[in-house]
Amino acid sequence: MFNSSFDAVIPIVCVVLAALAAMAAEAFRGKGERMPIGLLGLVGLVAAGVSSALLWNRNAASFGVLVADNFGLFVTGILVVVGILTILFSSEVLERDGIPAGEYYALMLFSLSGMIMMAMANDLLVVFVALEIMSIAVYVLTGIRRDKPEATEASFKYFLLGAFSSAFFLYGIAFTFGVAGTTRLDAIGELMAAQAMVDNPLVLLAMGLLMVGFCFKISVVPFHMWTPDAYQGAPAIVTGFMSTGVKAAAFAAFARVFLSAFEPYIADWAPAIWVLAALTMIVGTVVGVAQVNLKRMLAYSSIAHGGYLLVGLLSANEVGKAAILFYLAAYAVTNLAAFGVIAVLGARDQGNDELRDYAGLWHSRPALATLMTVSLLSLGGLPPTAGFIGKWYIFAAAVSAGYYGLAIIGVLTSVISVFFYLRVVVMMFMKDREVAGMPAQVSGLGMAALAVAIAAIFYLGILPTQVLDLAARSISTIF
Amino acid sequence: MIPLSHYLIVSAVLFSIGTTGVFLRRNLITVLLSIEIMLNAVNLSFIAFGRTHGTVDGQIIVFFVMTVAAAEAAVGLAIVISLFRHRESLNPDAFTALRW
Amino acid sequence: MDGWLGFVIMSVLGVGFAAVMIGLSVLLGPRNPTPEKLAPYECGMPAVGDARERHSVRFYLVAMIFLLFDIEIAFLYPWAVALRDLGWAGFVQVLTFFCVLTVGFVYVWRKGVLDWGPVARRAGDPVQKKAA
Repeated sequence: MFNSSFDAVIPIVCVVLAALAAMAAEAFRGKGERMPIGLLGLVGLVAAGVSSALLWNRNAASFGVLVADNFGLFVTGILVVVGILTILFSSEVLERDGIPAGEYYALMLFSLSGMIMMAMANDLLVVFVALEIMSIAVYVLTGIRRDKPEATEASFKYFLLGAFSSAFFLYGIAFTFGVAGTTRLDAIGELMAAQAMVDNPLVLLAMGLLMVGFCFKISVVPFHMWTPDAYQGAPAIVTGFMSTGVKAAAFAAFARVFLSAFEPYIADWAPAIWVLAALTMIVGTVVGVAQVNLKRMLAYSSIAHGGYLLVGLLSANEVGKAAILFYLAAYAVTNLAAFGVIAVLGARDQGNDELRDYAGLWHSRPALATLMTVSLLSLGGLPPTAGFIGKWYIFAAAVSAGYYGLAIIGVLTSVISVFFYLRVVVMMFMKDREVAGMPAQVSGLGMAALAVAIAAIFYLGILPTQVLDLAARSISTIF
Repeated sequence: MIPLSHYLIVSAVLFSIGTTGVFLRRNLITVLLSIEIMLNAVNLSFIAFGRTHGTVDGQIIVFFVMTVAAAEAAVGLAIVISLFRHRESLNPDAFTALRW
Repeated sequence: MDGWLGFVIMSVLGVGFAAVMIGLSVLLGPRNPTPEKLAPYECGMPAVGDARERHSVRFYLVAMIFLLFDIEIAFLYPWAVALRDLGWAGFVQVLTFFCVLTVGFVYVWRKGVLDWGPVARRAGDPVQKKAA
């Protein structure tokens, strides 16, 4: 079924090489010398994007543990876009905040390589190693502003709960290994299909522990405690990166493990996912309404979006299949755009991320206010944006799969969430107040990246068929 | 020969000790140690399972887990040091800059 | 149970031998304590200060770096044992692994982590709240 070759590794190698180059450049950088390290990252990411486009439909597999099937390549595409946009936003933020550029880019690229590896992994051990490559780099990125106590604290909370959850994940792998005698996902899948009728408590235990591990990473209630703190304490640019990249990669691996390897046991894990999805949507939305910090509010919003993704995973029928990947893509560009605006509006000693800081933004920065409005409306799921199409297909899939309860909860929470997104919009347009401490102007690169993200939101919202089609064909390679 | 279940029970007990430590201890270094105990408990399971399956896969997995654990511990300690510089305390209850 | 018999004999012998030796020296040995004899042994040097004083944070930094590079040896032992079976493919893989590590090492070196002692801080470093 797979062509064994070295090819599947190429996208990862491109990103790793760029990361190593960034590290070496930082090592040999003289004091105060400026280097175009971000450009290195861009080159590596573009190379990764091109190579994954060339690998499309070829089903390459390397060493039996990494498969570049269309599913993995589609997620790689999302991750490459996330990486490129983040680098474009970063260029001015790094200098303004005094973040060491070489370390920042190296860590970001290493964590991206882990994410890509996670999306392509066909072996539970590789999923674990990739998860750790991704996470360890992101822990450090969260606390990269060492001079800020809250950043360090966020980093530690994230680290502690992340390490804790990865122990559970690993325990799940151990039980799977004990039952199946292998960690290869395809072999596990065949074995599970052969003995699906037998109620093996070890399999249930393994699935439960793996689920806990994944749920921590995609911040599903009740494993979401770290999310608001980590998202608020981290620099806005890092929050944008981790709220999209980490979630996309972890969700891709989640879908691959549960939809391909543990698919025969769907009757056992579906009820658990049902409860988790409902809880996640409700808690994320309801607690989000009470927030006064924009980053924290978007953190709860991203928790709620994790719930919608779980609904898509649960109702992965003919309609739902494509919806998962489409939603991931739509969520990634939308959330990146929102955090991008927060990032460019911040100042070195002042995050400018409280809701009241956005009062009257329309009068001082009409362009940024418009961009923020579009991304918030897309997060809320209003037409004609990407978020609307994503939610539409997710809920349609849930209804056609018979999960009426989840669909109703989803629609209700979406309506409530529109309220808190609109609160920000109203703040920006109605209140008239000159904001002090905002940066004088935004560089062309940052604005270009924002414009690209907004264009992508509208493209996915108005002409979704092409991407939907692509997503449907990608996910059919695993399920 | 010692049956597989003995190893699994020891491993489960160790894992529970680690989990309890993470929740109950009030010193960040001890909490980090508890997480290491959890990872090593899992290593024991891997080796026991690998032995029953008659392959060396279990032991090879343990090598990877050890490496990952070392990397994680190094980053964790580094974060603890920079946290200590801000707070002069290792008690997690002292960290309250972020709360909803 | 017979598998445990040797273990029990071994433990009894070990503990017993140690107990007998210590007991004999307590009973038979002459005792003439002086302050010098009661001081902790420090390789013949007089002990200075409290052993529990705070070390420079650089010490921990080097220890952590050591931990990371040390654990990588774990991959070299299995490779060395199976060297002939793995052939050139294995050699190239280990070489790649080492190249990646070397970049990390060069980075650590150039950043001055390995410079011991009270060196002047580099100008680019972020200001620390308190000197360690």
